[in-house]
Amino acid sequence: MTNLLEARNVSLAFGGLKVTNDVSFKLAAGDRVALIGPNGAGKTTLVNLITGDLAPTAGHFFMGDDDITSVSIPERVQRGLVRTFQTTRLFANLTVADNVALAVMQRKGISKRFFSSSTELPEVRAEWREILGNLGLDRLAYRKVIELAYGQQRLIELAIGLALRPKVLLLDEPAAGVPHDEAPKILDAINALPADIAVLMIEHDMDLVFKFAKRVLVLSAGRLIFEGSPKDVTADHEVRRAYLGSYADARRVD
Amino acid sequence: MTDTVSHVPRRTIPFAQEAGGALAIAALGAVGYFLFPDDLAFLTRLIGISFLVLSLDLVTGFCGIATLGHAAQFGVAAYAAGIACVRGVTDPLALLGIGIFAGTLMGLISGALIARFRGLPQLVLSIAVGQLVAALANKLQWLTGGSDGLSGISPGKVFGIYNFDMYSRTAYLFSLAVLIVVFVALTRFVRSPFGLMCRAIKDDDLRAKMIGVAVYPRLVIMYGVSGAVAGVGGALTAMSTGVVGLDSVAFERSAEVLVMLVLGGAGHLWGALAGTVIFMIFEHIVAAANPFHWMTLVGVLLIGIVVFAPRGLIEPVLSLFARFRKGRAS
Repeated sequence: MTNLLEARNVSLAFGGLKVTNDVSFKLAAGDRVALIGPNGAGKTTLVNLITGDLAPTAGHFFMGDDDITSVSIPERVQRGLVRTFQTTRLFANLTVADNVALAVMQRKGISKRFFSSSTELPEVRAEWREILGNLGLDRLAYRKVIELAYGQQRLIELAIGLALRPKVLLLDEPAAGVPHDEAPKILDAINALPADIAVLMIEHDMDLVFKFAKRVLVLSAGRLIFEGSPKDVTADHEVRRAYLGSYADARRVD
Repeated sequence: MTDTVSHVPRRTIPFAQEAGGALAIAALGAVGYFLFPDDLAFLTRLIGISFLVLSLDLVTGFCGIATLGHAAQFGVAAYAAGIACVRGVTDPLALLGIGIFAGTLMGLISGALIARFRGLPQLVLSIAVGQLVAALANKLQWLTGGSDGLSGISPGKVFGIYNFDMYSRTAYLFSLAVLIVVFVALTRFVRSPFGLMCRAIKDDDLRAKMIGVAVYPRLVIMYGVSGAVAGVGGALTAMSTGVVGLDSVAFERSAEVLVMLVLGGAGHLWGALAGTVIFMIFEHIVAAANPFHWMTLVGVLLIGIVVFAPRGLIEPVLSLFARFRKGRAS
């Protein structure tokens, strides 16, 4: 099976400090991988490297057989590499519908049109309505993002990701800040993703990790210290030491 | 939660917004034409400047680009049209085309430089571009007339029928007609996918990149469109006044139109128009009443606006509209 995304010996150093240290992993079609690690382990930095927001000081990224290490951010998105942000980054002064519609139009290649009206184009509207409907946001479609509660904004973050129809989806703590009763919507939306895309999720909520992931990567101080099944992660000695510590006793996984 | 539904745009007659805008401007124009027949030269100049303010709105209000050099687009177009006219191209529509072409070109060049940066460097660069153009206009005396200005611009008849008369009737009506066309086009343009994406870039350009948008080329294209609109104003002003002076590329012009935009409300086309009309009429009246201290009064007006309506005069009007609509819907 071909790899949708591969990191090969990726490092990022600021002076002598290696924030990302010789990281290698592969994501294949259908993968559901959780990336965990203690605060400051470099999880978001790794996502920033994958998306092209940061350039690695060593190593390469591949999508399929193509080396994308020096490919621009927008070009990577066009190739199907999509992320969501840990702290929401949305078009705050536009409506919810506009936010999702822009992603839809960009994907369809019609976002450069000069004279047609935008968000209400039938083929665009059908799509954002469906996405917002699935996330329970359809009632908020014509509200400005800035007027919404943070939990709702988190869902829009995910909605934009879905609208881009990714091949590789990087979710940076999608459930952080989402009220407890709305959190299942996130998991439902992730479970409803097409089976053939690869999803990498950074998450602190271990319940969500165990429900979602088939494979877990553990990052500690910039290094990958574990790769394996969720079942084995809590048993791994190095992981317990580096990350779980007191969690290991508090949360037992059956 | 129930009130959210009232925000859904109702199905309306197609092009209702465009037609409404065109009619409103035509009506205002008619008021000017019939009530102030002696002030048509001034009103024509006002319309010319309104193109520059609309143009500035496109890059500042819709894209969030800070610029204090926007008169360059206007001035270059005015000089281009003026020089072409002096050298024998007298058809007003052809001169308008030359102005649009020159404005677009100047816009693309400025945009290519200015859109590379953000924040203060961007602002400084925009001033530098403006000053460079102003210096060139002064130095290239053989072409532009230098500090004497370029005079003797006498365009031919509009459509071969209407002569530019000394009461500015033709110039006024011609400018007004062009304004209506441009305004309608811009009304559609800012709601297009391209226009909406520009507003998105203004909100968060990294987010825009992360949905796959190449931000820089878009800003340059927007600058080109903005230059075209400024070019219309430049060409019309050159034709209607018959002269092009250094004031049309001056820093003061750039600063003044920014003030008009902020006064009316950046990010709204109506805000740009309202700001131009209010500022220029205020200036016209106050300068006539008190030629020595009129700038002081303009300053007081501005402080008042910034304190009481920081997002421009259009904002309270819009929220009043929204409240009215909500009240009707419930």
